[in-house]
Amino acid sequence: MAPIQSAEQTVLAIRPEGLPAFWPADNPWLHALVFIVASIAFALVMVIVFIYVERRGVARFQLRLGPNRAGPEGVLQAVADLIKLLLKEDIVPRLADKVVHLLAPIVATVPAFMVFAVVPLWGDGAMLADLNAGVLYFIAISSFGVVGVFMAGWASSNKYSLISAMRGVAQMVSYEIPLVMALLGVVVFAGTLSLNGIVDAQSIPFALLQPLAAVIYFLAMSAEINRTPFDLLEAESEIIAGYHTEYSGMKFALFYVAEYGHAVAGAAIFATFFLGGWKGPVLPPVLWLVIKMLVVFFVGFWARATLPRLRVDQVMGLGWKALLPLAVINVLIAAVEVLFWPSGTTQWLLVPINIAIGALLVFLWSRTVSLRGGRVEVRTRAEVKA
Amino acid sequence: MEATETRTEPFVINLGPHHPSTHGVFRMRVTFDGEVVVDVEPMFGYLHRGIEKLAEGRTYTQIIPLTDRLDYLASMTNNWGYVMAVEKLAGVPVPERAEYLRVIVGEMMRISSHLLATGFLINELGAFFTPLMYMYREREKILDLFDMLCGQRLTYNYMRVGGVSHDPPPEFWPAVKRFVREMPGYIDEYEGLVTTNEIVLARTKDVGVLSKELAINASASGPFLRATGVDWDLRRDDTYSIYDRFKFDIPVGTNGDVFDRYMCRIQEMRQCCRIIEQALQQIPRGEFRARLPHLVRPPAGEVYGHIEAPRGELGFYLVSDNSIAPYRFHVRPSTMINLTTLRDLTIGWKLADLIVIFGSIDVVLGEIDR
Amino acid sequence: MTVALVGTGVAEAVSKSIPGSILASDEKTVVVSADKLYPAAEFLKTSEFAFDYLANLTSADYLDYFEVVYHLVSLKKNHSLVLKTRIYGREAPAVASVVPLWRGAELQEREVFDLMGISFEGHPNLKRILLWDGFPGHPLRRDYL
Repeated sequence: MAPIQSAEQTVLAIRPEGLPAFWPADNPWLHALVFIVASIAFALVMVIVFIYVERRGVARFQLRLGPNRAGPEGVLQAVADLIKLLLKEDIVPRLADKVVHLLAPIVATVPAFMVFAVVPLWGDGAMLADLNAGVLYFIAISSFGVVGVFMAGWASSNKYSLISAMRGVAQMVSYEIPLVMALLGVVVFAGTLSLNGIVDAQSIPFALLQPLAAVIYFLAMSAEINRTPFDLLEAESEIIAGYHTEYSGMKFALFYVAEYGHAVAGAAIFATFFLGGWKGPVLPPVLWLVIKMLVVFFVGFWARATLPRLRVDQVMGLGWKALLPLAVINVLIAAVEVLFWPSGTTQWLLVPINIAIGALLVFLWSRTVSLRGGRVEVRTRAEVKA
Repeated sequence: MEATETRTEPFVINLGPHHPSTHGVFRMRVTFDGEVVVDVEPMFGYLHRGIEKLAEGRTYTQIIPLTDRLDYLASMTNNWGYVMAVEKLAGVPVPERAEYLRVIVGEMMRISSHLLATGFLINELGAFFTPLMYMYREREKILDLFDMLCGQRLTYNYMRVGGVSHDPPPEFWPAVKRFVREMPGYIDEYEGLVTTNEIVLARTKDVGVLSKELAINASASGPFLRATGVDWDLRRDDTYSIYDRFKFDIPVGTNGDVFDRYMCRIQEMRQCCRIIEQALQQIPRGEFRARLPHLVRPPAGEVYGHIEAPRGELGFYLVSDNSIAPYRFHVRPSTMINLTTLRDLTIGWKLADLIVIFGSIDVVLGEIDR
Repeated sequence: MTVALVGTGVAEAVSKSIPGSILASDEKTVVVSADKLYPAAEFLKTSEFAFDYLANLTSADYLDYFEVVYHLVSLKKNHSLVLKTRIYGREAPAVASVVPLWRGAELQEREVFDLMGISFEGHPNLKRILLWDGFPGHPLRRDYL
């Protein structure tokens, strides 16, 4: 059995070959400092880009112009919004649990940015920490955001917020499982849990090799970051603004950043797992990653601009009845394929096979799983007494 | 498997009067068990302006602007129902051209109102404003046409006792012809976006089913009644104005669920286009308003005039004592009466369904609270 | 076209079934006495008249008496009738509720109760609807200022 590595070594398992020659690879603290700043800056800039792209893009879908006043073509709208939110009064409800109310936006925001520690953003190995358990780290961190949501819903002492928080917990717990199962298929093919290793293994993007896993992951990710059609947490027509109904000013801004931060993280992870991450010809690696993230995000807000929302029990039904069994079957198929199919150049042949299998399975499930109906028999107090 | 006994505590939410999807200042006191609706109690009166009392102190003509403010998304039909009741009471003849103009604007009002009804219904299903914005695009065109007619976009005050207030300007006719020609294509567009969407079907099929018997017993009217399968439309079954001259069908649902209400409205819009097209072909030249004294003074008596407004049967009960103001003025609020069955429709459904079912009834608070 | 039934003809049939219920009748309307309203309405709903649809329910104040007006329609036979009842006395006017026959009366009776102050006996949930509890008086009465 190999000796257990020290914590420092594990966290800062630097792979210097993707970095320039002058890189201080022997100084882990300097390395960490540079990459922490760079990762968070990347995430924040991408949040602003995503907000702008979504607002303008959805406006196009809706025959509107979108923000076009602040700065050229409205690019400074996010800055204007931020200034407005900073200057707004911070309102805390009288019956709120003040400490939890204050902590909730922080707890919700931080995990979104922590994910970027293990994502190869700038090229081969150019990342904060190439953990050999990177996938586990990502799963653990990304599911932590719901704690902030629940804290917000609970501390606000608002019934709409509480409903939203309960929905959030139920939804995240349900969708975490198909999400992990979908990633397992990729891990089986890649043979590693390191995100950089997964990118390296993609001579064929896993979106082609594992199409079903890609679809399941995308849906589960949409549910995790609660975007349409799974945006139960912020269902405006039902529960006002959900868990952040009672938030204003900078705390609300943090939730807003958290929402888009999770979207950025989700898109980055999808691009890394299924679209080959930073890989691509001509352009610098980070630009390739950004392009891929924007493509993923575009599909996300395309759905948002087009689809209505599912009901809470339908979301649960979809997760447990459709996505989970499909993900499990997908892992089985992937395992069988890896066992019996010689890896190498003939792997291309698996692409049409897997697409066909995925299409067949989705078709079968669409015929058998129905989300219709859903009325519950209730008895009123008077009937119970009688 | 034996079900385990878990005890849950129901809790009460006051949905409204400032909730984003209660279409104004409607309030429901809802008891929930988790997300499941256990009890609903509608509460009215947040927009009560006492229009019935105000009308008793105004002349018959002065009441017309008051009716604009009843169902403010269908002001034209409110005007129409009221002036028709007064005409019935006073025995005033209406010129042909005015009748045609009334049919044209009335049907355009129905399209506009149904556009908003379906648009907001889809919005309440959770679609992020896209279908609504598409429907707003066409509603905007209708409002522009009304702007040409009377200079107003929401409260028209267009109808008069014995006719209408203005003859349309010449540029109105090509515009309305173009609109009627293009509208069916736009309806196809909405249907392509919404009708066959699986999520829409999952959310609306078999949700909030109203039975035929209950619908009739509870005096439901309009698309809400027809969606249950009751073939009853005042335009055909109690023909008023000149509706007997047009060929049109009355769309009827089968299930009485949210989806049928949506489909009824979509199909009705197509029929509206047919009616307007025929009216545009038939409209004669001539007077647009009968010559009447300034003050209408109907003989003593009473009248109940009703028309098929977009949201259902809109009735006006007038009692005259041969003075210049009505002795009693009562509006039959179609949407308030449609809300009678709200509790039956929503019990056992979830919070999200409650909003959708309420949206499918399509209420306007101006008419409910008066 | 909905046929408006001749009031006198309907009145004859009603009085044959429920003697002493008719106060007056003319071309358009049938006026029944307040204490016989419910049986008369039940007769109109269940007999061959088949008035299954209560289109409108309202009231008017004539100072000597209150009049409650029911506009009945039969969707099956497509005919209509104006049924009225008169309630004398301004202190505590009351009449039987028709909610057991037509649920459509539920909110309309509440409205009449709220604005005209006529209470309906047997209504499942009779309370003010447009105005708040404790509002002084009933605004649609002619002596309300």
